[in-house]
Amino acid sequence: MLKISKLTKRYGSGDPVLKELDLTVEGDQLTSVIGSSGAGKSTLLRCINRLVEPTSGSIDLNGTEFTTLNRRELRAARRRIGMVFQSFNLIDRLTVMENVQSGRLGYISTWAALTRRYPREDIRHAYELMERVGIAHYADKRADELSGGERQRVGVVRALMQRPEILLADEPTASLDPKTSEQIMSLLRDLASELKLPVIINIHNVTEAKEYSDRIVGMRYGRIIFDDLPEKLGKGEMDEIYAGVPAEDRAQVGAAA
Amino acid sequence: MTSQSLNQTLDHWSRFTLRQRVMRYGGFALTLLVVAWALSSIDVIWEWVWDAPSQMGDLFGRMMPPDPSNLPSILEAIWQTVNIATLATMIAVVVSLPVAYIAAQNTTPNKFALWVGRFILVSSRSVNTIIWALLFVAIFGPGIVAGIVAIMFRSIGFLGKLLGEAIEEIDRKPVEALEACGASRFKVVLYGIVPQVMPAFFAVAILRWDINLRESTVLGLVGAGGIGMILQGAIDTFNWPEVSMVLLTILALVVFGEVVSSYLRKKIL
Repeated sequence: MLKISKLTKRYGSGDPVLKELDLTVEGDQLTSVIGSSGAGKSTLLRCINRLVEPTSGSIDLNGTEFTTLNRRELRAARRRIGMVFQSFNLIDRLTVMENVQSGRLGYISTWAALTRRYPREDIRHAYELMERVGIAHYADKRADELSGGERQRVGVVRALMQRPEILLADEPTASLDPKTSEQIMSLLRDLASELKLPVIINIHNVTEAKEYSDRIVGMRYGRIIFDDLPEKLGKGEMDEIYAGVPAEDRAQVGAAA
Repeated sequence: MTSQSLNQTLDHWSRFTLRQRVMRYGGFALTLLVVAWALSSIDVIWEWVWDAPSQMGDLFGRMMPPDPSNLPSILEAIWQTVNIATLATMIAVVVSLPVAYIAAQNTTPNKFALWVGRFILVSSRSVNTIIWALLFVAIFGPGIVAGIVAIMFRSIGFLGKLLGEAIEEIDRKPVEALEACGASRFKVVLYGIVPQVMPAFFAVAILRWDINLRESTVLGLVGAGGIGMILQGAIDTFNWPEVSMVLLTILALVVFGEVVSSYLRKKIL
């Protein structure tokens, strides 16, 4: 269970991007976070594994408080969180297998990493997962030879290799064509239930979000203003999530405060 | 009214304002002045300049035909030259890796290391190979070791600088992904940075080897081993046929280096 409470993130001395945000995700739910650009979706996701350092608040994953970990502990804790990126973030010049195994870098010895002698168990697991998402026959191909959808599958397998307790996906389909995008979404949904893995997805495509998620969280300028089942997301809620400009919103907050 | 004033201004256009034009002509005049002053102050003995063509013909006549009688020792010296260049490049590549790592903005551990790295690069590059060689001949005595160390010292700056720039230009996204899965700093470098820098690394190393091959031919002039020693000896004894033989061998060596390095470039990159 991931429990975020009173999470605040402020870049420099400006207005906070996240404002005392609370969110709890559990089970094998697929949660989609929607909201206009600048709403803080990406910052929220990156605060969870501290790729972005939160200003204040607490992040608790199955009993581990993330915000107080030192560098070593954080590295160990990050292994438990898988992450999938908008632009896949693969290492182009390495093979698919090397990319997939890089998800295990936190576990294996430096020597094993250097010589590419991965543990048999990891190799078996990698083939299983690659088989599952349909890229096993690409194991020896270089990552930059693959198409967008295939590359994102490599990204997903890399994240799953960590045997994570939660999967974060930062706009995983934004760089893909509509059809591939749907394939990746349904893959993430199926994996969530197969692996009993909670998944949080940042997404711009609301139609897809409604179709594939168990729960939708609507963000607006650093706050969660909608959190319910997909079918509860109507036109009124949509307008509220996507309306307004940051300056107006901040002025209102200022007036209220 | 507005269209009329528009018409008046529209048929006038010049690239520069009057002020800019004056500045530009002033700049040209100043440059001419500097060139004239430079020419007048270097004290050229013009008789010798006009004399040059006939001198060249004379020297060429004395060089012809090249004298191959000393060829075995010339070839041995050439082999030594190749060894100096190759060994020095290999050592320099290894040494320059950590220097590049600390001299690149995005991988340097801290500000202090950054400045240490930059200082190494600048001091290595600001001293010419021949001057390094003079220094190391004084330290190691004449011979091949001084040559290798001299070439190496000059190469570290070159390799480190270009590798450091390659590191600075990498795509940060894969690095972010590896950090997100809990990899240690060293493994992030190994998987996220090394593969991205690999092509630049080989290109730069091959280029430097090619340059070093040529630089090591002159090292002998200051006693640091290689073909230059024989060349110097031949010039000192006015043995012009042997000088031309040595020059031909150097030419062959440079062509050889060019062929090998372009082959390697094609093969690896």
